[in-house]
Amino acid sequence: MVYLTRKIEFSASHLYHNPALTAEENRRIFGKCNNPHGHGHNYTLEVTVAGEPDPVTGMVLDLKELKEILEREITERMDHRFLNYEVPELQGLIPTCENIARVIWKLLDPKITQGRLHKVRLYETADLFAECYRNGAGAQ
Amino acid sequence: MSDGLKVELGRRYRFSASHRLHSPQLNEQENWRVYGKCNNPYGHGHNYVVEVTMSGRVDPATGMIVNLADLDSFVEREVIEAFDHKSLNEDLAAFRERVPTTEYVCMEIYRRLKSFPLAKLERVRVQETSNNAFEYAGEEIQSLAAV
Repeated sequence: MVYLTRKIEFSASHLYHNPALTAEENRRIFGKCNNPHGHGHNYTLEVTVAGEPDPVTGMVLDLKELKEILEREITERMDHRFLNYEVPELQGLIPTCENIARVIWKLLDPKITQGRLHKVRLYETADLFAECYRNGAGAQ
Repeated sequence: MSDGLKVELGRRYRFSASHRLHSPQLNEQENWRVYGKCNNPYGHGHNYVVEVTMSGRVDPATGMIVNLADLDSFVEREVIEAFDHKSLNEDLAAFRERVPTTEYVCMEIYRRLKSFPLAKLERVRVQETSNNAFEYAGEEIQSLAAV
């Protein structure tokens, strides 16, 4: 098995607010991430696909195709967007790194038909990331 | 959410510390041969980067595995206060008997963070310089704890 990773970056704004909680609880739990006007990050996404290289092309999957999938599914959807208001898949979810990583997995998994989506790692800052993979697959 | 997916949260912390690699089980010449300039008797230092990975259920109310404020204060108390601007050999009991290689530093940090009550510690990765890093996920923690 070979693991292939491609990286993209996108910039977006978000805020953390749970309407089921009081204003005070929201401030206590989410701190400055609860600022009503939102704030932004440069996100870095690493997508890992696992598979055997095709004997004819030597590729697990064509990087150009992966690039196009990431462009179409992630960049177009999330880059320079306000995640709370402009990404339907995040409706009803707090757009934490954990939840965005999981949504990204669900967007990409059905689109990757050569090889298999193995891992999604999303950096919100250089010091904070969430990682998502199939239960039991283990982080690689 | 039972969608068959596992989510982890990784967070990086930093500390600066000095150490000297010297094994009392080896003679002077052997120490020099094994550890090279890391055996310099006065020690030397590094800017360490510690990557802590936690897993757990993503709480639907907060969207979080663990609130970063809770994780940060735990790591600060258990690791950073003890390691930052210290001599690992002289200031940490764990390295009285053990050579403070980054392998053992990684295992010691894992041991200190394993009791975090709000999420499951998956692994600890310690970067000693930008060119070398060590990762520990706890397989041998029993034998470490016993020493």
